[in-house]
Amino acid sequence: MINEEKVLSKPIFSVNDLSLWYGEEQALKKINLSIANNQVTAIIGPSGCGKSTFIKTLNRMVENIPIVKVDGDILYHQKSVFSNEMSVEELRTRVGMVFQKPNPFPKSIYENVVYGPKIHGIKDKYLLMEIAENSLKRAALWDEVKDRLKKNALSLSGGQQQRLCIARALAVSPDVLLMDEPTSALDPIATGRIEDLILDLKQEYTIVIVTHSMQQAARISDKTAFFLMGELIEYDDTQKIFSNPTNKKTEDYITGRFG
Amino acid sequence: MPIFFLGMASVSIFTTFGIAATLIVDAFRFFSEVPVGQVFSTNLAPLRAQPSFGILPLINATIIVTLIAMLVAIPIGLSAAIFLSQFASPRLRKVLKPVLEVLAGIPTIVYGFFAYSFVTPLLMKLIPDLGAKNALSPGIVMGIMIIPMVASLSEDAMNAVPIILKDGALALGSTKLEVAFRVIIPSAISGIIASFVLAVSRAIGETMIVTIASGSSKVLTFDIKQSMQTMTSYIVEFTSGDAASGTTGYYSLYAVALILFIFTLGMNLLAQYISKRFREEY
Amino acid sequence: MFTQRQPSIRKKASIGKLDLIEAAPKLNIEINRNRIARRLILNNSMRIVFLIATSLGIVILAILLYRIITDSIGWLNLDFLRGNLSIFPERAGIKGVIIGSVWLMLIVIPVTLVLGVSTAIYLEEYAAESRFQTLIKVNISNLASVPSVIFGLLGLAVFGRMLNLGSSILSGGLTLSLLVLPIIVVASQEAIKAVPGFLREASYAMGADKWMTVRKVVLPVALPGILTGSILAMSRAIGETAPLVVLGIPTLILRIPNSVMDDFTALPIQIYYWTLDTVLTREYANLAAATIVVLLAILFGMNAIAIIIRNKFETKF
Repeated sequence: MINEEKVLSKPIFSVNDLSLWYGEEQALKKINLSIANNQVTAIIGPSGCGKSTFIKTLNRMVENIPIVKVDGDILYHQKSVFSNEMSVEELRTRVGMVFQKPNPFPKSIYENVVYGPKIHGIKDKYLLMEIAENSLKRAALWDEVKDRLKKNALSLSGGQQQRLCIARALAVSPDVLLMDEPTSALDPIATGRIEDLILDLKQEYTIVIVTHSMQQAARISDKTAFFLMGELIEYDDTQKIFSNPTNKKTEDYITGRFG
Repeated sequence: MPIFFLGMASVSIFTTFGIAATLIVDAFRFFSEVPVGQVFSTNLAPLRAQPSFGILPLINATIIVTLIAMLVAIPIGLSAAIFLSQFASPRLRKVLKPVLEVLAGIPTIVYGFFAYSFVTPLLMKLIPDLGAKNALSPGIVMGIMIIPMVASLSEDAMNAVPIILKDGALALGSTKLEVAFRVIIPSAISGIIASFVLAVSRAIGETMIVTIASGSSKVLTFDIKQSMQTMTSYIVEFTSGDAASGTTGYYSLYAVALILFIFTLGMNLLAQYISKRFREEY
Repeated sequence: MFTQRQPSIRKKASIGKLDLIEAAPKLNIEINRNRIARRLILNNSMRIVFLIATSLGIVILAILLYRIITDSIGWLNLDFLRGNLSIFPERAGIKGVIIGSVWLMLIVIPVTLVLGVSTAIYLEEYAAESRFQTLIKVNISNLASVPSVIFGLLGLAVFGRMLNLGSSILSGGLTLSLLVLPIIVVASQEAIKAVPGFLREASYAMGADKWMTVRKVVLPVALPGILTGSILAMSRAIGETAPLVVLGIPTLILRIPNSVMDDFTALPIQIYYWTLDTVLTREYANLAAATIVVLLAILFGMNAIAIIIRNKFETKF
């Protein structure tokens, strides 16, 4: 209990009145939310509710779309992500992202993992190899690929590719890992391995995961946020959301009345 | 009705055969009249009483002018492609792309005029011993003419790289420059190289700019400040009436045309092969 | 209903393993701030370099147009457009030249439309996915890359000599038609391909055969695309010089052509001949520039029409 309070007093992300428009259409409506350290926060909601859009604001990837307009603020370690103090490149190094469809580069497994360290100027081959090994171990992929690091990443299975993408993100030592439906393109066994991995990773990282599967959210997350039509309806401990939600809409969604 | 369409469609095949036949038949006559040793010599004097038909000066000139053109077209074209596909906002693209397309639509004769009446005098002020007819001026102008081709084909290749790869690189904290050079270009490299090969093919086959601005000197030289005649302008010179039909001189132009045809066809097949063979599996 | 997941026993062992591994060296953020700043400076400077390279095109186009227009000032007037060719520059006019180019287009347009659209129809409607289709497609693609001089040689041999058309309008027009054929084939193919399948299916369902479907359904819908392709082909043909030079189009024509068998001259050829002689007769440069302005104006007009056709008449599905 005490630990949790301490942790919550300094959230990694504070989202304040965040609103977002795709051109004329408002996709996020005054979102207020804090994300705590070393926890798994799940974001659930029906299709089109804005959960993917929301997670992409946290590392400012949503700005790659030209017609996007943003209002409100997002604080990362109590500093605004939009301020000039931290470049978007630095933010994205510290806040990593894994996508719905595994997207390894058409390069070797090794080159994929060391992509991040290399652009940060690390040239020492031994250091790079060490980082590669550590990252692949953390992503629970090392044993499967240690003999074929030079092989093309696309020769891996879907689940392995996704773990490679996780290793790639971990290689630059972020403190947050954003995951946008990371297992929706994978089979159940691969999904299970990644869920195990997430539970391991939360010891050292903060994880925010968008998922369309309530069961997944219930299995692995500590806190859950329920989004509906661009609004944050309810945000609380996972146990509470799934057994005793406060808001009627949450209860309707959980029990399958819609979505 | 289908028979009619089939017939019309076959015209294209007959055209290819026609070209091949026309070139081969008369080139064959040429090669049967002129010893191979002479053909690959550097002595080109087709109009003398005792003519010599060494065609190396023509090939040399074509290569030199093409090289100059590529030194202009490839860096600028590729840079434009990188800018348009990786850096430019949609609004900027809307303005710049049509301009490149306009450049591509200008007839080559206009470029020829531009080369001879503007670029050459300008260069002559900068380079004192530049000849009125030289290889530098048409080479540069040809390069300018080819920029849109390189830019548009390379841009297509780069845009074909799936967006999730670009997103993945950006999400790792890359700058746009790093995404372009570490992910996009390596993935699109086969299309980019194919565009270079096609540009070379275009330059080799270009006629009017070199005919006007490079002149008809048949001396083999590497000095780009002097006149030199390319394969294409040799053909133009000789069909403009300098050689009577039936003479060896007349057949020589078919031999040169055949070599030209083989060069450009080869380049084009190479470009298609590169495009297909090394396409990255995404 | 929902249970919290417990890490499986297998994983517990590896958690232990993870504890023993030294944490990957955390990249020193302070150093990185400098490095990131440097990377951003490199990014922004290269962006400017690439922008300059792209704008070079605009700059050169502007210079080119400026020079040509200034060279033509004083020489481009109604007398010039309405007068006949003359060896004396002050008296030279390009009426006959423009008419010659128009005659050429009168040959090129119907020939390319018939040949090109037929080929496209055959490729898309009758021979889809067959080896013959591949053969023709490869053919067209190779023809598109053949230098225009060589088309000139083909024209000289087949139309000029074999069919004895010499250097007449018919000879030039047919040669140019073969040259630009690939352009219209590709454009027509794209236009026909873009006609949605459900339109064709509706026609077949009503009992129509293939030719009727093509005639009544496919072609009308594909028409704007075909016309645009035709205009593109014309733009190319009207500016082509090399094939005409090879065919032996004469330097100076004093009579206006009356029929397709007559001798003629065309805009690009005139530009060429005048440009060649500018050293000896300075005024020829001005005449050439004035003719270029006329040629570019015609091209601009044609492309404007093509854009209008595309925007106004193309049905979006």
